Amino acid sequence: MSFAWAKQYEPKTPLMKWLDEKLPLPRLVYNAVGAGYPVPRNLNYMWNFGVLAGFCLLLQIVTGVVLAMHYAANAQVAFGTVEHIMRNVNYGWLLRYAHANGASFFFIVVYLHIFRGFFYSSYKAPREMIWLLGVVIFLLMMATAFMGYVLPWGQMSFWGAQVITGLFSAIPLVGEPLQVWLLGGYAPDNAALNRFFSLHFLLPFVIAGVVILHIWALHIPGSSNPTGVEVKQESDTVPFHPYYTAKDGFGLGVFLILFSVMVFFLPNALGHPDNYIEANPLSTPAHIVPEWYFWPFYAILRAFTGDLTIPFTGITLIPAKLLGVIAMFGAILLWFFLPWLDKSPVRSGHYRPLFRKFFWFGLIPAMIALFICGGAPAEEPYVIISQVATAYYFLHFLVILPIVSQIEVPKPLPFSITEAVLGKDKAPAESRAGSTDAGSPGALPEGSLQPAE
Amino acid sequence: MATDTAVTRDLESQEGVRRRDWIHIAALSTAGVGAASVLIPLISQMAPSADVLAASTTEVDVSAIQPGQAIKAVFRKQPLFVRRLTAKEIEEANAVDVSSLRDPQTLAERTKPGHEDLLVTMGVCTHLGCVPLGAAEGENKGEFGGYFCPCHGSHYDTAARIRKGPAPKNLMVPDYTFTSDTVIRVG
Repeated sequence: MSFAWAKQYEPKTPLMKWLDEKLPLPRLVYNAVGAGYPVPRNLNYMWNFGVLAGFCLLLQIVTGVVLAMHYAANAQVAFGTVEHIMRNVNYGWLLRYAHANGASFFFIVVYLHIFRGFFYSSYKAPREMIWLLGVVIFLLMMATAFMGYVLPWGQMSFWGAQVITGLFSAIPLVGEPLQVWLLGGYAPDNAALNRFFSLHFLLPFVIAGVVILHIWALHIPGSSNPTGVEVKQESDTVPFHPYYTAKDGFGLGVFLILFSVMVFFLPNALGHPDNYIEANPLSTPAHIVPEWYFWPFYAILRAFTGDLTIPFTGITLIPAKLLGVIAMFGAILLWFFLPWLDKSPVRSGHYRPLFRKFFWFGLIPAMIALFICGGAPAEEPYVIISQVATAYYFLHFLVILPIVSQIEVPKPLPFSITEAVLGKDKAPAESRAGSTDAGSPGALPEGSLQPAE
Repeated sequence: MATDTAVTRDLESQEGVRRRDWIHIAALSTAGVGAASVLIPLISQMAPSADVLAASTTEVDVSAIQPGQAIKAVFRKQPLFVRRLTAKEIEEANAVDVSSLRDPQTLAERTKPGHEDLLVTMGVCTHLGCVPLGAAEGENKGEFGGYFCPCHGSHYDTAARIRKGPAPKNLMVPDYTFTSDTVIRVG
């Protein structure tokens, strides 16, 4: 699907015409990312992160496949093979650091991409499916990253696996048998390590498949934009190539510079030193923490310290451990309902002053607090802070957002993207109420941007 | 919308070269160099790693090998035959007309000066890679008194040169040097 004014693909040479008849891949590329795909002309840099996330997936797959040529997933040797990669394999140190930091950068990029979605309400109709697929991708990423971190079989690998698989035992009735089935044993050991390696290799390709669906779903309505006003006319858009190929290329360059700085000069800054100690099932580290990108969810998990009981009786309805598990998964699962929780007809946060206040002074500080508490030991004052922040987090999405979205008075929207960008829009004056603009003399008739080449 | 002034039009229209072409070429070339340099580690990582390269030399003490005796050592994970030839075996090897050999080489070419009685070869048949017999005591030495490959019947003589059977080349003599009178370093 595309807009009516999209340029059509025209194969020029006999070979390209033949290909277009038999397997129209060049046409697909042209219509998806080429000159044949009109995109709103006012996208800001917050729209770069989707492409960067796709690049990170590619980076992880390439470095991962290559690392898998040298890694062995057996509990006796796994730690040693990682050191073998670091010390013996040509450029092994580079590949390992690229893969480890690549995971961190993948999450940085995806979190910025998701927060773009929160602020600009990208999840609203007609783009709900894109959002749902995106949450699925995020869950798959978390599973992949968790299993990947277990593979070096260091202290944090082992004990992180112990904690996370231990969560399953919180499920009533089936919890413990489920945990044993997952691990293939009673604690993380060779069986668990081997299957984690297999699944860690598999899941990125599943993610790639869901990403294709995600992009396909996006290309039906096309991208939203910072005003939240849908595309109406040709002057609202520019062709993806060369405008956004260039902008995304620039963004990729900035990303790669920052990535290279980490990989070459600060490769262990985001990691935990305890993971350079071989896994010891008999010795628990002083503070078990997951990798930084899981910290907010870890804080929610640990925030629940008291059982849910019926007061004045001894009856426990839901033990604290299970409450924490439900809250932690619930924190992400509620994102599936966002398109229906947010009832405002206005998309962009730029035109929603009350929503904006709760976003910047409520949600963002709460998430920062959860992030800090997740990486801290489970002591005061971090416990009480994470409890307050968790309470606000759920309050924000389940109570504040639905209420604010219905009672707030939005700022007046621009008539179109063209008006927002160019200051005026000479689109059919008769279709607009109260327009006094007669149009400026020197401009091109439809105000369309001529392609650069 | 681009506003065309007379000035910019002049600068742009030499031979169809535009101002913006400079940045296009510069950016894409830099990206190309980046992409090519990323390829280098990806390809190099498949080459032998440092530990494999370190295992690529072997030292063998040859002092205990008696004339007529051979030992089997390991070199780069493959069998190495180190044989001390008897005077009779040396004489037999030198008596052969070199031009009649499938892979013409003299015994002198296959040994080190001053150590012509020490024959160091790979224990890998040059036909399809089996380990020939003849190094251990009591093994079949073939019709020419050297080594015999039971897989397809290649016979090697006392200088480990191919004489009969399908093998195309003599048993390979690896690079080695005498680090002392009694020790050789192979590889």
